[in-house]
Amino acid sequence: MSMINYASREINCKLVYYGPGLGGKTTNLEHVFGKVNPNARGKLISLATETERTLFFDFLPVDLGTVRGFKTRFHLYTVPGQVYYNASRKLILKGVDGVVFVADSQLERMEANIESMQNLYDNMAEYGYDLTRIPFVVQFNKRDLPNAAPLKDLQASLNPGWPLAEAEKQVQAPDPSVPGEFLVWQLPTGEWVQRAPVQEAVAVTGEGVFETLKTVSKLVLKSLG
Amino acid sequence: MPGASSWSFREEDFKAISEHMNNLLRETNVKSLLLVDRSGQVVANVGEPPQFDPQAFASLTAADFSANDQLAKMIGEHEFSSLFHQGEKESMYLADIARRVILVALFDNRTTLGMVRLKVKTTVEDLTKLFEDMFKRVGTDNPKLEGFGSKEAEDEIDKLFG
Repeated sequence: MSMINYASREINCKLVYYGPGLGGKTTNLEHVFGKVNPNARGKLISLATETERTLFFDFLPVDLGTVRGFKTRFHLYTVPGQVYYNASRKLILKGVDGVVFVADSQLERMEANIESMQNLYDNMAEYGYDLTRIPFVVQFNKRDLPNAAPLKDLQASLNPGWPLAEAEKQVQAPDPSVPGEFLVWQLPTGEWVQRAPVQEAVAVTGEGVFETLKTVSKLVLKSLG
Repeated sequence: MPGASSWSFREEDFKAISEHMNNLLRETNVKSLLLVDRSGQVVANVGEPPQFDPQAFASLTAADFSANDQLAKMIGEHEFSSLFHQGEKESMYLADIARRVILVALFDNRTTLGMVRLKVKTTVEDLTKLFEDMFKRVGTDNPKLEGFGSKEAEDEIDKLFG
């Protein structure tokens, strides 16, 4: 729920990092916190258990700069990934402007990824939000691990695409982050399909973290126009 | 509704909101008042400048209220329209406004809970009316920002991200 304050000329937007437990959502925020100029960000708030598992959420406000004279401020949230915490996970989605799904690339986490993606769709639908129509980016994290699944398999399971009905959007669009793949394309059967932009990442080293944030924030800002 | 609804307010709305809050501040002798929206953004604050990060405070307030809403439902209540957190020296009283924003009063022993509760009630009524009128007037579905669809805006956005 972006909030536009014409008095102070500020735009506030809410981004939520979603995904299975131990997938790297908090690590994404920690990296942003560590790298952004302290003047352009607030404190990183973590509501976590004693073993540093997210209990409710992590929160980090970041100022990204000025557009058309408006200061753009993004509030970054993570949700608790563990299945058990669905009630609190759902609360965090309230008023969301953009979603990042942080998938764990490890083969043995595929089932957890799928379950979490399904849960995201369900929770969004309960608020009446349509994930195919709001800024949404999928991050494939932990690409450095030897047991990481091939990108193609992850795409097929987690980001296969959805039917694109709007005629004005039916223009073949290459995926800038995956050579040879498309964000919008036509099936041999004639139907048009759209999928979420993806980003490969190794959040512990910071690889792909800012690229993900950039992609989703850009989509959010453009959606305001 | 495809995505989350958004809202915006104009300078005169902001002035009217601040006026109601300043009146309450004077009448109750609370330290400060904050207005926070349900998604965790600070809308306004008056009184002593907070000694904490207001954005972090706002995100926790919204989460606190949302969690308590769910607890209310579990025990068969529609909502808890107000919450009170008591500390040794500092306390806070939170009240719902139009299901969209939360008024937070921070106070110490210079006033009493009874006084805060009594006076907040009137302000909540006034602000509820103000917000309801405002939402009716501006609508709550994705307000378009003037100039944001332009080529110049797109260039500026692209430039932000290098």
